[in-house]
Amino acid sequence: MKLNTQLLNDVTAFIWYEADLLDHKGYQEWLQLWSNDGLYIVPAEFDADDNYEDTLNLALDNADMRRMRIARLEDGESVSANATGNTVRMVSRVRLLEAGDDLVIARCAMTLNEMRHGKLVTYPADVEYQLKPAADGYRLARKVVRLMHADSFLRTVSFIF
Amino acid sequence: MSELIEMQSVSLKAAEMVEEGRVHKSLYSDPAIFEEELDKVFNNTWVFVGHESEVPEAGSYKTAWVGRQPVILSRDRKMNLHVLQNRCRHRGATVCEGRKGKTKSFTCPYHGWGYGLDGALRALPKPEEYEGVFDKKDFPLERLRHESYQGLVFATYRDDIESLEDFLGGAKKWIDLFMKQGGGYPVKVLGEHRFNFPGNWKIQLENTTDAYHFPIIHKSFVTSLDDHTADIFDFLHGDGFVEDLGNGHSVMVMIPELVDLESDLDQPIPPRFQKLADELRTEGKPENEVKKLVRAAHGTGFNLNLFPNVSCSMAFFRVLRPVSVGETEIQHVALGGEGAPAPFNRKRMRLHEHFQGPMGFGTPDDGEAWERVHKGSQAGNDGWILVNRGLNNLHTSPDGNVAGAVCSETGMRGAYQQYKRMMAAGEEK
Ligand code: FES
Ligand SMILES: [Fe+2]
Repeated sequence: MKLNTQLLNDVTAFIWYEADLLDHKGYQEWLQLWSNDGLYIVPAEFDADDNYEDTLNLALDNADMRRMRIARLEDGESVSANATGNTVRMVSRVRLLEAGDDLVIARCAMTLNEMRHGKLVTYPADVEYQLKPAADGYRLARKVVRLMHADSFLRTVSFIF
Repeated sequence: MSELIEMQSVSLKAAEMVEEGRVHKSLYSDPAIFEEELDKVFNNTWVFVGHESEVPEAGSYKTAWVGRQPVILSRDRKMNLHVLQNRCRHRGATVCEGRKGKTKSFTCPYHGWGYGLDGALRALPKPEEYEGVFDKKDFPLERLRHESYQGLVFATYRDDIESLEDFLGGAKKWIDLFMKQGGGYPVKVLGEHRFNFPGNWKIQLENTTDAYHFPIIHKSFVTSLDDHTADIFDFLHGDGFVEDLGNGHSVMVMIPELVDLESDLDQPIPPRFQKLADELRTEGKPENEVKKLVRAAHGTGFNLNLFPNVSCSMAFFRVLRPVSVGETEIQHVALGGEGAPAPFNRKRMRLHEHFQGPMGFGTPDDGEAWERVHKGSQAGNDGWILVNRGLNNLHTSPDGNVAGAVCSETGMRGAYQQYKRMMAAGEEK
């Protein structure tokens, strides 16, 4: 098997950049990473099929919902957002699933750690990225975060996966 | 004297910690009281285990809990429902681990005893060693008494308590109203959100009829709404009320205009539902049905709290499970219409995602508050939780019940009085 390591590097660099933005709460820059019709999806079941519109999700954010979600995290009105400590996420196991000219699909593993009221909460997840190549890198067309906790019980979440 | 008090049973002590307008903070944190609650409350009343639409076909099942005991809700080949203890009669393994699904039977993984959908023990490997030892018909999965109202399935360990309908009593009228939100289609479970919080179950129980918190803790949710919708959610100064329905049940009406979703069908389509209305028209729905579906899509304007573990909250079921004295699991069950147009059910799910569940714009802030109640209430050796808001301003409802202002704590008081009765039941001083 021949790996396209150049593309893999480019995609991984983008994913790490996004991860760093989210851990450091660069939310406005994160919004800019999206293509307008993109969807940020956190399914309510780990094995949910991809008919997200006709399924209940934990989050299914179009551009409006993303903007409102970020506003909630930033405007100081939400007591849970204000109480959210730092997050540190690790992303690895990046694999290219599709490498088209118009769309690149990659899958990776993520572990997000949150310090919540003095207790460490850890969320392992399988994350799929659909990326549209753009002049300055990529635009997010879709990000699907499959949480292992989705099949069980989550703690409440006031950050972005 | 103090020795006598020491010897008093834990549950009686808990009962005495409930006064008319306050409850002792130990009710949130004393592990001995928690153990008694599982027995005296959850094992002695009707407990919600699911909605019939979750087990729609012959062979459908879902797993649930009665207090801390795992049970299975199943539907047999003749379409009869059963609530079974999820405990193999051989040496006790669970016989079903899925959350929900379809099966022909329940087979214990340990030694292979096989049970039917009605719990009957049908077969076991190498039966000859049991010949003359016992008869299979005497070892079914143990069945719980269960009854349904409007598709809500409740189970109980008690064969001698009142019927479900008598238990629901004054709440039935509100359940009937709640079920109108299928928009002319039978209400159906569309999915669920699951989350937990480090705190006592009664903190969540109280919250369902707590309108007082809404504009404060949910400010960021209200900010995210359009002006028209934000106005609807500005209900603290409106004509809403909280009514004690008896047996621990209560209803909090926040938006009186949305109590009956089948009335006022000539209202203009609100901006938040314009796109849904257009989609329904595109599907060829006549204007009267468009209006009916749009109004139903809102959900109802009230929260109905059914003691002890479920509520019909505006547009969803809230189900709670006490895990330990300081941990509670919650499901927010999304509802739509069986056979309803896809845009209607989609809209219902998007609205649910907007507020509910662990990533909604509302629930995380509730969770934060509950966690702080649990933590903060442990300060000091002695102290009380106030539930006396609105005690000065009660009236009698048209149904003859005690009622108070929308932001009164009338519902919590009703729940705690039921709790008090149940904890004290059968205890001699
Ligand atoms: S424990 Fe179930 S068959 Fe032995
Ligand atoms: Fe709330």
